[in-house]
Amino acid sequence: MNFVRNSVIPVGTVLIAIVALWYVFAVILNAPFERDQAARANTPITTGQLIANTMAQERPVLPAPHQVAAEIRKTVFDISPTSKRSLVYHGWVTLSSTLLGFALGTLLGILLAIAIVHSRTLDKSLMPWIITSQTVPILAIAPMVIVVLNAVNITGLLPKAMISTYLSFFPVAVGMVKGLRSPEIMHLDLMRTYNASKMQVFWKLRWPASMPYLFTSMKIAVAISLVGAIVGELPTGAVAGIGARLLAGSYYGQTVQIWAALITAALMAAVLVSLIGLIANVVNRRMGVRP
Amino acid sequence: MTVVALRSKAKTMSDAAPVNVIDVHDLSLVFETNDGPVNALSNINLAVSGGEFVSFIGPSGCGKTTLLRVIADLEQPTSGTITVNGMSPSEARQKRAYGYVFQAAALYPWRTIGGNISLPLEVMGIGREERKQRVAKNLELVNLSGFEKKFPWQLSGGMQQRASIARALSFDPDLLLMDEPFGALDEIVRDHLNEELLKLWAKTQKTVIFVTHSIPEAVFLSTKIVVMSPRPGRIHEIIDCNLGAERTLDIRESPEFLQIAHRVREGLRHGHSYDGTHL
Ligand SMILES: Nc1ncnc2c1ncn2[C@@H]1O[C@H](COP(=O)(O)OP(=O)(O)OP(=O)(O)O)[C@@H](O)[C@H]1O
Ligand SMILES: [Mg+2]
Repeated sequence: MNFVRNSVIPVGTVLIAIVALWYVFAVILNAPFERDQAARANTPITTGQLIANTMAQERPVLPAPHQVAAEIRKTVFDISPTSKRSLVYHGWVTLSSTLLGFALGTLLGILLAIAIVHSRTLDKSLMPWIITSQTVPILAIAPMVIVVLNAVNITGLLPKAMISTYLSFFPVAVGMVKGLRSPEIMHLDLMRTYNASKMQVFWKLRWPASMPYLFTSMKIAVAISLVGAIVGELPTGAVAGIGARLLAGSYYGQTVQIWAALITAALMAAVLVSLIGLIANVVNRRMGVRP
Repeated sequence: MTVVALRSKAKTMSDAAPVNVIDVHDLSLVFETNDGPVNALSNINLAVSGGEFVSFIGPSGCGKTTLLRVIADLEQPTSGTITVNGMSPSEARQKRAYGYVFQAAALYPWRTIGGNISLPLEVMGIGREERKQRVAKNLELVNLSGFEKKFPWQLSGGMQQRASIARALSFDPDLLLMDEPFGALDEIVRDHLNEELLKLWAKTQKTVIFVTHSIPEAVFLSTKIVVMSPRPGRIHEIIDCNLGAERTLDIRESPEFLQIAHRVREGLRHGHSYDGTHL
């Protein structure tokens, strides 16, 4: 009951508003083409007919929501997942490199943060590089990474995952540096009075104190990993993955296919982020966080 | 587990020689701040022998916490010497010579009350069974039995502070450094804990350094009251005070008690007016 009131109603309201707005724009953006057609054929067209037509074009400027939904249903449920035309197939290709890249990025981010927090020198020397790394546009780097790695015969999942890693380690590193430094002075002093080792301070104080920061940055990291995986698929000559679907769709003007891929990517990101939220809730409960 | 117990026993035996638990000579501490130096402690001289109960009393900002932190090796003096159990504070800390109760409870929010009390035991490598026993024993001591599985936010401020006392007692240190441990408690609970602390002290012969703002509390508990005054933080007067081992709260109406309390109050007032002439 509470869940309905607190989550379903607000989220549902926004969803309905977005879909309604989407229809409005679909009509507005697709109408000129229909008017053109009518003018060329010299047949007057009623407004009702015009609106109906704008939602049923084969290559609309902006496909209507139900067209995208139909495309997703067709490519997800009606086509065998092993087929190159199945969205499940492409989605899985993207998801697997997202997850691999995200896992590596999170690990790298945590390790960097641990190093930075424990060494003043590394703090001074590494942090500027970490920040610089993110100012380089990923669209410029991605093809180079893919091409270079392909040249040394590393192909398939790993090159794409590397791009996800490159993007996702950053929020984790920054968040965890903050998290590992978050314990109050008094909590640190307490450990000092026990003459605790650095390891003990880390595992019994810094690590648990950093958990909220870890999950927050992991949520950002997983979403950005998905973007990285999609970007990584663009220069591979559109073989497979959501990125490949986007590219192929734009070659052939298949706007419905493009939007279906986009919505699928957005849904995947939403599911991944909420999964991490779910894990965070379980961890929070075990750590006695005030509900 | 027994390693620690044995070691602390061995230490008390060798300490039978009249070496002061705490010896402070001409100690000064200056904090360099952005607004210039702060003389937190100036020319402190203090000797505390084993089994004493010493209270620091004085107005806010006179350096009570700072002196306690110097003893605990949490702050380094600018000049002068200090020994704890005949060693440097740093060595004493490494030997886990003392238990420290902070001005705030400072419990780890992700640990249950039981988990917080067992934290020092875990750090010191004491086994699970022994930990369990000690947690139960010390929870009972501060009247928190049954709250072992609760998280700190589920307890009142006073209960949290009691848990932090149990945590400091859990590894049975011979020296207790307590920074206004009862400052946040109501009168009734405070009275009760004063009695409990006195009993514990009488029974275990621990040395206690106790910071307080309350004159009756200091007089009731202490064998020695150190009256401090601010700017620069220094010891104004040390008042001996021993109302006998078998005291109860009723003693607070006795003439001896009132006389000592009066002396402490006078000392505090003098410390202040001295400060006034400087302004
Ligand atoms: N880390 C620090 N840096 C700079 N100044 C400090 C620091 N710690 C304490 N001081 C200053 O030293 C003086 C003594 O502080 P201290 O905390 O020892 O006072 P206190 O007697 O414990 O006061 P209270 O009764 O309010 O707890 C104060 O003037 C305070 O501002
Ligand atoms: Mg203080």
